[in-house]
Amino acid sequence: MNDGGRAGASVKLEAVEFSYGEAAFKFDVAFTPGGITAVMGPSGSGKSTLLNLVAGFEIPRAGNVVIGGKNVTSEEPAVRPVSMVFQENNLFAHLSIEDNVGLGCSPSLKLTPLQRDAVGEALTRTGLDGKQRRLPRELSGGERQRAALARVLVRDRPVLLLDEPFASLGPALRDDMLDLVADLQAEQRMTVLFVTHQPEDARRIAKNMVFVENGTVAATGPAEQFFSAGGPEAFRRYIGFESESHDVARKRT
Amino acid sequence: MRPTRTTDIRILAGIVALGAIALLIGGAFAGLIAEGARDLSGAYAAFDGYLLRIARFTLWQAILSTLLSVLPALFVARALARHPRFFGRELILQLFAVPLALPAIVAALGILTLYGRAGYFADLLGGLGGGPWPGIYGLSGILVAHVFFNLPLATRLFLEALQTVPADQWRLATQLGMRARPAFRLIEWPVLRQALPGIAGLVFMLCITSFTIVLTLGGGPRSTTLEVAIYQALRFDFDPIRAVALTLLQIGLTLVVVLVLTRLGANTVGDANLPIAPRRYLWVGMGEAGFNAALIAFSLVFVAGPMAATVAAGLHADLGRLVMERAVRSAALTSVVLAFMSAVLSAAVSLALIMARRALSLRRSEQGKTLLEYAMDTGAGFVLVVPPIVIGAGWFILLRHVGDVFALAPVMVVTVNAVMAMPFAIRALRPAYDASSERHERLCAFLGISGWNRLKLIDWPPLRRPLATAFAFAMALSLGDLGVIALFGSESVQTLPYLLLSRMGSYRTEDAAGLALILGVVCLGLMFAATRFGKGASA
Repeated sequence: MNDGGRAGASVKLEAVEFSYGEAAFKFDVAFTPGGITAVMGPSGSGKSTLLNLVAGFEIPRAGNVVIGGKNVTSEEPAVRPVSMVFQENNLFAHLSIEDNVGLGCSPSLKLTPLQRDAVGEALTRTGLDGKQRRLPRELSGGERQRAALARVLVRDRPVLLLDEPFASLGPALRDDMLDLVADLQAEQRMTVLFVTHQPEDARRIAKNMVFVENGTVAATGPAEQFFSAGGPEAFRRYIGFESESHDVARKRT
Repeated sequence: MRPTRTTDIRILAGIVALGAIALLIGGAFAGLIAEGARDLSGAYAAFDGYLLRIARFTLWQAILSTLLSVLPALFVARALARHPRFFGRELILQLFAVPLALPAIVAALGILTLYGRAGYFADLLGGLGGGPWPGIYGLSGILVAHVFFNLPLATRLFLEALQTVPADQWRLATQLGMRARPAFRLIEWPVLRQALPGIAGLVFMLCITSFTIVLTLGGGPRSTTLEVAIYQALRFDFDPIRAVALTLLQIGLTLVVVLVLTRLGANTVGDANLPIAPRRYLWVGMGEAGFNAALIAFSLVFVAGPMAATVAAGLHADLGRLVMERAVRSAALTSVVLAFMSAVLSAAVSLALIMARRALSLRRSEQGKTLLEYAMDTGAGFVLVVPPIVIGAGWFILLRHVGDVFALAPVMVVTVNAVMAMPFAIRALRPAYDASSERHERLCAFLGISGWNRLKLIDWPPLRRPLATAFAFAMALSLGDLGVIALFGSESVQTLPYLLLSRMGSYRTEDAAGLALILGVVCLGLMFAATRFGKGASA
């Protein structure tokens, strides 16, 4: 399940236009291959829509979605080289953890012995050893998300979309999960698009930042630049840097 | 904090309401038992082969009706769920809600107009069968009518169940590449399987207590159910002992069914809510899409057919003359007055029970429910177990010693229909009242607002709309009912359904068609109003 050195695919939205009811979106952005990019922005700005466009759950009105150099705009979600983890409902409630992960190998759950081994390996890797037979409701929130990540491992797609997957977890648990994502990314070299509301999440694991505002990408750049004094104005306003810098300025006087 | 210990006026109101219901049902049982006790050997003798044959047919038609309604509904609901957006979907779902509001006698007539011996399809069906079309009386007629009513109901309930699957899981399934078969096995079937016993139970219950359909489409002693046999024993053979035996058997049968259903977790009250289409993320293959389209189209034609036939035949009738006719006018007036009173009574009794239940549940702290609270809570739902015909039969037998049974028709129609509409009224009212109480209870207790003042100032505004819903629903139900009035109706007291039945009986088909159209339109109008009020309430 792990071919080590392969680099993640590039992800590009080329002049993609999309509308949903009143809201209109226009994205033109390229994500760095083989790295973690945090996607941040106010609620309703279009972060999740951006991921849905990449995954193929939404179809753009105009423009192209290009993954790994291939135009996938008209391809259905199942054939796109993409995995996704949501905030909740990542697991089917009536299937065991093992089966839920196994779905990543075969959508009809007919697994070869080799695939079974891969499932076991993925469960071990995500720290779920011994919980194969459990139902999702018998796991904690963090463990459920681990199972979702285990499925990502067996699916083995070069792009991973994370839609606020740890938003409902406590701070310590969230850090553990972030580190797990960072480790998995380092091993698999996937291109990770990570939607989050927490600046500290982005700082912890993201190399690059994309800031979305009013249905469009307002700024992009390396994470350290974003979180420095010279970061984009709109982003700094969003995470409330302004007031912090006032404090700093006052203390200095 | 706990409200004061003084007797709450709400609890008193609830006890009065419960007492009235108990009187209505208890009186009927008293009548039955007294009659049976007067002639015990006769009562034993009434359990003969004929009776058992009727019981067997009652069960048999209910089982077949349930299978024929529920199994196709599984797949129609699935087809509708797999295609959350297509032209006319909303309309189909609206149409599937219509049978819930349509009086059974109107539907029965619509089915006869379509598939009857002289129906629109008679030539076609006769040509297919080779020879003249014999009509659809008997088991086939009963089944078609029951499927007409219950296929759309079951479809909507299954669809509701399917829509509890979170959108994320559908997206996930799509991303994982699940095709129709695995998606059915892994996602849809588990949800459907959970809903299946409840829905099948509800349909079975409706079919085993169905009266009007069997009366109008059964067409003879070979295809008679217990309810219709009760009616015939009282109205035609005048054999009260046989009626008692039949009634006891019917009660026993429904009781067993209900016990089994509650075991299965069934909900015996149908829902009139329209499921809303969520955004869904599905890729459906061409072959499956074609299959789904055919399935939806077929069920649409099946459900819309009798409605269209009702309209066509009704417009063909001489509506102008019909409306001017004295008998029609007086029947319409009687219907409206009785239905109005029944609806008022139903709403009042339901409200009293709801308020009392709430007051009782606030009173108790941690210890379990008292018997009284239990009676107000689930007891109300159990009135559905006792079919109107059974209550009617009990009182009929009891009252015939007292005086003119038929003079009491209005009282019986109003009270029995009010109680029958109660479970639906409670469903409309209870969430609103409980929510209002949740918000205002402490404030009322501490400001000392209670009784009439509280009802007027605090509870009335949030209850106005749900009350209107409950009222309109109860009125539609009562207006279209042909249960109690079939027993108690006479030349002097006739409702529209009763008049319709007698015109059908005397082969004045055109008149019947015209009346059916009028009745159908009025009931649908009321039901439409009920859902409109309901929507406003939830907004």
